Amino acid sequence: MSPAPLETRNAQAVPIADVPDLGDEEFRDAILTAVSLGSRVSALFGHPAGEGKLRLFCVLANDELGSLALLSRQVERRFMSLANDCPGVHLFEREIFEQWGVEPHGHPWLKPVRFQPPLVAAGARASQIGVANFFRVEGEEVHEVAVGPVHAGVIEPGHFRFQCHGEDVFHLEISLGYQHRGVERALAGGPDKRTIHYIETLAGDTTIGHAVAHCETLEALAGAEAPARAHAIRGIALELERLANHTGDLGALANDVGYLPTASYCGRLRGDFLNMTAAICGSRFGRGLVRPGGVAFDVEPARSAELQGRLARAMRDIRGATGLLWETPSVMARFEETGTVTRETCEKLGFVGVAARACGVGRDARQDFPLGMFRFSQVPVMTWHTGDVFARAFVRALEVESSGKFIDGQLKALPAGPVLAALPERAPDRIVATLVEGWRGEVCHVALTDERGRFSRYKVVDPSFHNWTGLALALRGQQISDFPLCNKSFNLSYCGHDL
Amino acid sequence: MLKVFLERLRQGYRTSAYPLEEPKLPDRLRGLPVIDQAKCASGCEAGIESCPTSALGMKDGKLELDLGRCLFCGECERTLPDGAVRFTPDHKLSARRREDLVLRGQELALAGALEGEMHRVLGRSLKLRQVSAGGCNACEADVNVLTTIVFDLGRFGIQIVASPRHADGILVTGPVTENMKLALEKTYAAVPSPKVVIAVGACAISGGPYIGHPEVHGGAPSVVPVDLFIPGCPPHPMTILDGLLRLMGKIERKRAAEVVE
Ligand code: SF4
Repeated sequence: MSPAPLETRNAQAVPIADVPDLGDEEFRDAILTAVSLGSRVSALFGHPAGEGKLRLFCVLANDELGSLALLSRQVERRFMSLANDCPGVHLFEREIFEQWGVEPHGHPWLKPVRFQPPLVAAGARASQIGVANFFRVEGEEVHEVAVGPVHAGVIEPGHFRFQCHGEDVFHLEISLGYQHRGVERALAGGPDKRTIHYIETLAGDTTIGHAVAHCETLEALAGAEAPARAHAIRGIALELERLANHTGDLGALANDVGYLPTASYCGRLRGDFLNMTAAICGSRFGRGLVRPGGVAFDVEPARSAELQGRLARAMRDIRGATGLLWETPSVMARFEETGTVTRETCEKLGFVGVAARACGVGRDARQDFPLGMFRFSQVPVMTWHTGDVFARAFVRALEVESSGKFIDGQLKALPAGPVLAALPERAPDRIVATLVEGWRGEVCHVALTDERGRFSRYKVVDPSFHNWTGLALALRGQQISDFPLCNKSFNLSYCGHDL
Repeated sequence: MLKVFLERLRQGYRTSAYPLEEPKLPDRLRGLPVIDQAKCASGCEAGIESCPTSALGMKDGKLELDLGRCLFCGECERTLPDGAVRFTPDHKLSARRREDLVLRGQELALAGALEGEMHRVLGRSLKLRQVSAGGCNACEADVNVLTTIVFDLGRFGIQIVASPRHADGILVTGPVTENMKLALEKTYAAVPSPKVVIAVGACAISGGPYIGHPEVHGGAPSVVPVDLFIPGCPPHPMTILDGLLRLMGKIERKRAAEVVE
């Protein structure tokens, strides 16, 4: 019998040596078996193992059991692709190929992910942004619409190719990489004075989500815990981030169907939530707040009281603003049955966050893998089953409600004590995987330390990495004019994907 | 329909009175830093090492802070001798020349208006095409927020437009990744002359946290000529608005008054 994957928990550091090193077949079988039993692949990445070898690490997450499992496999030039049996790994395998030149043999289509320079020179290909073997539908009346990287709005760059028949979209291909800034490469060898700033700008709208995942990772490696009051403030900041972004998205969705009252109210309210974060730490995006060992700013009683008042007023207004959406037939007609993704597709491809919960999949790291304050104060998981634009909007509105309640509860009962603790040295030769439910979904950080406790590899999986394929599939059979609406309903991160 | 009206009444009037009134900003906002050279008597050399982007330096025995590189993280407030650098909530940070962003204890020379023909053409109506070239979506978001009812950019004659062909200039965010360089150059070329370039955020001014990465180009100035620099990581929306209005000469008089003081 082959060795079983190493069972572990969220944000728990374990010796790298304990992670079983499997053979090609065993590795494949272990992953496929785990997936058939309800796990999904949270991360799959390479790490140089010396002597020209690459060690592949896989992080399996079982939402129901709340457990993580780690396994690995040493490869040289190629390994057996899993993408045909477990489509959720298709992008991870393409990433491994692009970063390390190791080929997932039998992968259906090994296109570049980010058009990035390889992390090792040997065996890898150079690629030029936007030049790839794109999918094409042939036929006399089929035409192709290509947009981007520069788009019409104030938005990050990406390239989209629609294969159309008249107004109908057969297929959408999304080609990214324009935002690639070399973050993973630069994180290796850290932590150093730039590390926290890389983390805070991985996806700037998810500053808190990524910073909490990073700091929990460091705390796990140091075998220490942030003070309770810091956990509460991190929780408040994480939910304020969710409130601001969900509110912005609801407004943007209203705008995309031409319903201006909600669009303009939400535009203002999003700012009100950002300003609450700024009231805590001076930055609307939470820059400088979450730090290894706790948080850099306290919320004193007077500040807490003021925030409670502001929150109550904003919650009243957001309820009024979003309530209009569900009562307006012209809005609902555009939201319902547009950009539908089935539950089956969601489970197969391992979508996370709002995109998954809108397919009726109750996946939420705050509930399944709770860290920090979420171990003590639960936030209910909000789902809707229709998988369309409406579901993604409605789940956001439900989450706005529950985030508001959570923040109010935390502000009213902040634990006493300090907000920052000094961290001991990080343990050497450890691996730790940390999952945090950012506003888009699961933020996954995996750190491996060397013999001095420095990062020999720091892998980041933004929720968008799992979900971009969801947007592509949502567009199938839709009108091309529905693209902005569908896109907004996912609102995925380019920089979080491109790193 | 009645509900829509009732909700409209409840939501109220929300546009800020700026620039007639000073904006209400958070007390912890890290805006304009103030340098006190005297406090460096006990030695600032050790403390400047902690700056993540080398925005701090010593030149001729004097402490320098480059707003174009600064992430406004506040780390130096903790590592330098007490009071050597102190962040104030003053949101006015924009400059027309890159070298003006280097503070040595002098007053920041805030951006002046466009000159001559440029001012005549662009001073009353400024249409901008935004290009994100590796931005993390924080600068982008706080540019976008200017179009909401709170700031109501349109009342100043400024508009973000969908095509470079309709624009008077580009507003760049991000460190200019290698993968976006060509797109940025093409967008710039597509804007009819006369045109302006505005760099928003530490990334677009200098590369920000990505300074020195081979994957990026060190900001907009490495690719296109820049007319206005708006520091921050990200800049507060009021900082961006203040910069745009100064460029158009809409709050120039106030600046002059400040200079006289
Ligand atoms: S606030 Fe600016 S100057 Fe000070 S340490 Fe941070 S980046 Fe450097």
